[in-house]
Amino acid sequence: MKAMLEWLEQRTGLRTLVRETFYTPIPGGPRWRYVWGSTVLFSLAVQFITGLFLWTSYSPSAQTAWESVHFIQHEMTGGWLLRGLHHFNAQALPLLLVLHLLQVVLDGAYRAPREVNFWCGVILLQLVIGFSITGWLLTWDQKGFWATRVATNIMGIVPVIGGDLQRILIGGGVYGHHTLTRFFALHAGVLPGTTLVVLGLRTWLFCRHGWAAGDRQARATVAYWPDQALRDVVACLAVLAAVLFVILRPGLAGGNGELGAELRAPADPSEPYSAARPEWFFLFLFQFLKYFPAGREIWGAIVIPSVIMGAVFLMPYIARSKAGQRFNVGLLCVLLLGAATLTLLAKREDSGNLHYQLAVKNADRDGARVRVLAESPTGIPEAGAVTLLRQDPYTQGPKLFAKHCATCHRFGGTDGLGGMVKEPQSAADLQGFGSPEWLAGLLNPERISTTNYFGGGKARDGKMAKFVKKDVAKYTPEQKENLKLVIAALSGEAHFKSRAAADFRNVEGLKKGADLLKNEMRCTDCHRFHNKDEDATAPDLTGYASRDCLVRLLQNPAHPDFYGEHNDRMPAFGDKGILTPAEIGLLADWLRGEWYEPSTVAKGN
Amino acid sequence: MDTKNAGSHSDRRGFFKKALTMVITGVLAVVPLSAGLLVLLDPWRRRATAGGAVKVTSLAALPDDGVPRKFPVLANRTDAWNKYTNVPVGAVYLRRTGEKVQALNVACPHAGCFVDFSPEKGDFLCPCHNSSFTVDGKVANASSPSPRSLDGLEVEVRPDGGVWVVFQNFQAGRPDRVPLA
Repeated sequence: MKAMLEWLEQRTGLRTLVRETFYTPIPGGPRWRYVWGSTVLFSLAVQFITGLFLWTSYSPSAQTAWESVHFIQHEMTGGWLLRGLHHFNAQALPLLLVLHLLQVVLDGAYRAPREVNFWCGVILLQLVIGFSITGWLLTWDQKGFWATRVATNIMGIVPVIGGDLQRILIGGGVYGHHTLTRFFALHAGVLPGTTLVVLGLRTWLFCRHGWAAGDRQARATVAYWPDQALRDVVACLAVLAAVLFVILRPGLAGGNGELGAELRAPADPSEPYSAARPEWFFLFLFQFLKYFPAGREIWGAIVIPSVIMGAVFLMPYIARSKAGQRFNVGLLCVLLLGAATLTLLAKREDSGNLHYQLAVKNADRDGARVRVLAESPTGIPEAGAVTLLRQDPYTQGPKLFAKHCATCHRFGGTDGLGGMVKEPQSAADLQGFGSPEWLAGLLNPERISTTNYFGGGKARDGKMAKFVKKDVAKYTPEQKENLKLVIAALSGEAHFKSRAAADFRNVEGLKKGADLLKNEMRCTDCHRFHNKDEDATAPDLTGYASRDCLVRLLQNPAHPDFYGEHNDRMPAFGDKGILTPAEIGLLADWLRGEWYEPSTVAKGN
Repeated sequence: MDTKNAGSHSDRRGFFKKALTMVITGVLAVVPLSAGLLVLLDPWRRRATAGGAVKVTSLAALPDDGVPRKFPVLANRTDAWNKYTNVPVGAVYLRRTGEKVQALNVACPHAGCFVDFSPEKGDFLCPCHNSSFTVDGKVANASSPSPRSLDGLEVEVRPDGGVWVVFQNFQAGRPDRVPLA
């Protein structure tokens, strides 16, 4: 063993190198404020290790990137931890680098001959920003997709070459397979390679120049090992603990939230993503850009940041005079304070922005939903997970409702997505449409004329309203009991999957209700119900609120089976080509509360 | 501070610091490495459950001449995050003699290449390392590098004439048959 070490020493000088590194003298002795450089190195090492392992399971293409990340996050053992470490440690890195550079400037440790050391640090900061921008896209979720569009479009406004640069970077005019392969090559190849070169240079320079004296008067020196080394590893441990805390936070204190980094819905260029915000350490730049009017963005996005970066680069020279050193410290303080203020402003604007908060809620909803669908027995199809949401009533129903129905109708008082509507409600609230509860409200003399039922349109003074308000209002207790049976029978017509078991147990009751509906209750005076009646003037109650009924109603509400000539304002969504057959089906399924649920039982209204 | 002149108290403090530094360094390395290794070793834990019999063809499509014919095997397949229904998962040689059907996996047990059947010579030949097998799948001669005969598969002719095969792959390069899951 000893002979082998001796052999290695003679050939490589490794032992001397290690000794020299460990016993480098630190003028003035160990200090806690010297730990930042080591934390940066540690953080970078964690990114290299976790990144390499993530690479073993990641697949960069528009149909597999999100899918493979989903698989890592939710299916592979320890995947959530690995991805969480990579994601949150990446956010610690710029913070640690800024702290390190700040300490270097405060200590004046960038003065000759250490200018190049300092520049290495500044270049490292640029590289870390590059890692962030390229890394966001790789998950190919809505958040990364839209953030990257913003970042690359900013690049596109660079004069003369911007457009071509952007085109080369994203691999064409639109974002797709080649955007991912190129960003992945940058993220896992070019940037790590460059980082290693810069780190190598930085280490070599460190060996050359030794530890900078923070305390210039101090004569005593103490070796790096073990006093400063202990401080360094304790600081690294604190960084790791902080990262682990953020990863585990949703599960702490009895919470059962998602552990690790979030994964939003798969990228979809046709789906808006109003929750688009950069990572927190970029919020200041995001906020800064808001202050530049059209045509001047280049100042906020490129010119001013470049000038500032230029000034930072020149700092070692500025610091040659005492005033220059003060200027540098002052500039950094102003920059940090400015960034902090802008970040706070951005946060405050968002906390007062209901539209943004609703968008975040809906983004969370889509993200959670696509996970449920991806883990369903049918799983992720070859075309990718994005199709899962496009074909899902639970996801598309409320969006279609908000767009096409909510100017008149409501769903639980909202536009279906939970938003409020400017226009006053002028048609029924369709939450629970066809359910016994909904029908009971319609047949309630006190409620039929509210806008939640017939209050908003022509039907307010129609025959049905009159019947409910005059006849039903005078019902005897026995008749009221009968009405309940009729309601149950009518709701049974909808064939809700969620009520199938209850309806099956109540076959007799449904029969009795159907009988009452046809005879005593006189519904068939105007309505049809499992019969042919040319004189019927009101909607056919056969299969009322069933999927087929809703699909045909949306196709053309003025059909004689529905409102006929009494149709108020409702457009013939199908016949007029406003909605495609697929969209009508999604809307009908959603209104009926029928979509895939993991328990395989359809969720009721 | 000159440690040479310090007492044993500071020696012990020094040792404690060194030990603590090394322990913490260990923790710092173990956390990211173990998370990574868990993911790397995930396939080792993840085994597919053996598939049942699938219909490959019907008896009518299989001439009764003892000549092996190649058929693709279609089955449901989970490939990491994707689920496929009825896609090719491999191929088999089917050989009918009378009412008896023999099924052979097309993969050479030597290194897993797709073996060819030559109707002129009436035997199987692997294009990679020249393993040769007789028409019923046995190793043809001593110079053949294959450690075992072609892998026979369970086959059943159902009353409606459907030929059903339990498709399986086996580890190559060893004399015994170890199913791959």
